[in-house]
Amino acid sequence: MTYTADEMMTVTAARALRDGMTCLVGIGLPSEAANLARATHAPNLVLIYESGAIGAKPGVLPLSIGDGILAETADSVVSVPEIFNYWLQPGRIDVGFLGAAQLDKFGNINTTVIGSDYADPRVRLPGAGGAPEIAAACREVTVVLRQSLRAFVTRVDFVTSVGFGDGPGSRQRLGLTGTGPRRIITDLGVLEPDQDTSEFVLTGIYPGTSVADVRDRTGWDLQVAADLSVLPPPSESELAALRGLLATMPANSRIAPAEGAAR
Amino acid sequence: MEGWYRVAEIVSLAEAIAAAVHDGDTVAMEGFTHLIPHAAGHEVIRQRRRDLTLIRMTPDIIYDQLIGAGCARKLVFSWAGNPGVGSLHRFRDAVERGWPAPLELEEHSHAGMANRYAAGASGLPFAILRGYRGTSLASQTAGVAEVTCPFTGERLTAVSALRPDVAVIHAQRADRRGHVQYWGITGVQKEVVLAATRSIVTVEEIVDELDPRPGAVVLPSWAVSYVAAAPRGAHPSYALGYSARDNDFYVAWDAISRDRTAFAAWLDEHVYGAGNGVAPAAESGPPRTAPLPRTPGEA
Repeated sequence: MTYTADEMMTVTAARALRDGMTCLVGIGLPSEAANLARATHAPNLVLIYESGAIGAKPGVLPLSIGDGILAETADSVVSVPEIFNYWLQPGRIDVGFLGAAQLDKFGNINTTVIGSDYADPRVRLPGAGGAPEIAAACREVTVVLRQSLRAFVTRVDFVTSVGFGDGPGSRQRLGLTGTGPRRIITDLGVLEPDQDTSEFVLTGIYPGTSVADVRDRTGWDLQVAADLSVLPPPSESELAALRGLLATMPANSRIAPAEGAAR
Repeated sequence: MEGWYRVAEIVSLAEAIAAAVHDGDTVAMEGFTHLIPHAAGHEVIRQRRRDLTLIRMTPDIIYDQLIGAGCARKLVFSWAGNPGVGSLHRFRDAVERGWPAPLELEEHSHAGMANRYAAGASGLPFAILRGYRGTSLASQTAGVAEVTCPFTGERLTAVSALRPDVAVIHAQRADRRGHVQYWGITGVQKEVVLAATRSIVTVEEIVDELDPRPGAVVLPSWAVSYVAAAPRGAHPSYALGYSARDNDFYVAWDAISRDRTAFAAWLDEHVYGAGNGVAPAAESGPPRTAPLPRTPGEA
């Protein structure tokens, strides 16, 4: 069965979620992956949307984080101040699933502006949404985005959400309670932080992808793990489930996925 | 206290906007994807309000329209995109090219904005959270400061309270006394109404009695300034139990809003051309109820 790089990315992201986890889901690629996980190997995955839906069980992919299907299928619906203050902030959520427009070697995320002058940006992006506190307070974070030179930069133009900050020790100095980004999943492979340097290194590639492909689309001098693995392709059941979910979306609804950053 | 009413006045939407929203006001229209007060936004555009400071966590299509129509001077927000679709083109045109007018920004995170409203509703000058630390936002935006916990010595983040002149929300129902009821995703609407000096609630329908609904929030009439019937007044957002989110319109908005001329034509046809200050959706709704007698002490 043939599959696209995007499908491989979403399936790989879904596999990173374990059954029974609590997962705070942003819209776009993270929502696709989390819903795929729930439809396949993780039926008890608890999907939490920042709109206040806790334990949502949508049968179709929502276009927004506040679609009616989320409230109607949730175990509990709480207000927006409550979702951030009572559920996210104290560390009750296992994994935060985020997108990014721009990301650096320490896993810091920019979804605010492209260009060095905040007051006069080259591109104005949507902004923070819930991402800064998700990145700070979830026990761990998974970032999902397509790999490109534009997106994978040495230093982000604007730190919207903190990964490992300036490197080892940054999160502790800042008092951030979660452990930070655990993996970056792209359409080429998977990057994970080096234990000593906190720098993201390539630990897995997809079948048919080469290390050179990944390095060509990374803006920093990407290091490669000694035990680099080739990740298994999507199974037929994973692909069928994913395509079934995507078929429920309105046509042309993914116009600018890179911009659908942190919602 | 100024702005507090013994009961909400039940009026037309045009009357509510005329009475409560003035040029230069700070206006917060809330509704987190669900129950977005679009009909009220259109009425503000039709009444050609100017120099507004607009506050909203997610200034999606509703504020793209207000910004593009030239109503806004400043935007206080935390996520400005078209959910699930992409950019807000009128917002970007204002920020990147100053069209139709430059737009001053005050930018926060969702958690920060939610807490700023909660502080306003609580009558406090600021709220405390763990947030912003290590981000560039902390240094680029007003209303964020570090504070030390007086009990533990822990360093935390303070955000200044939001106290809008006017809050505008949409709800499923109100009764004839002006008690408001809404359910589903309830967002930050209670906080914004209680934080604001004046408030307008548009509703799908006005009923004789509010029967209980699971998870419903009820705002008592005396905490609301104006109630106006605006059936389908959330479109393209939705009102759970009354309408479905018009996802196709959110997708279509990308092309409409990308081009200044297409946007102006859309505005002419669907907002300015939509009548004499009555939202088109309201015309086919149930007959309006007579306003309750005004009570002494009203603003």
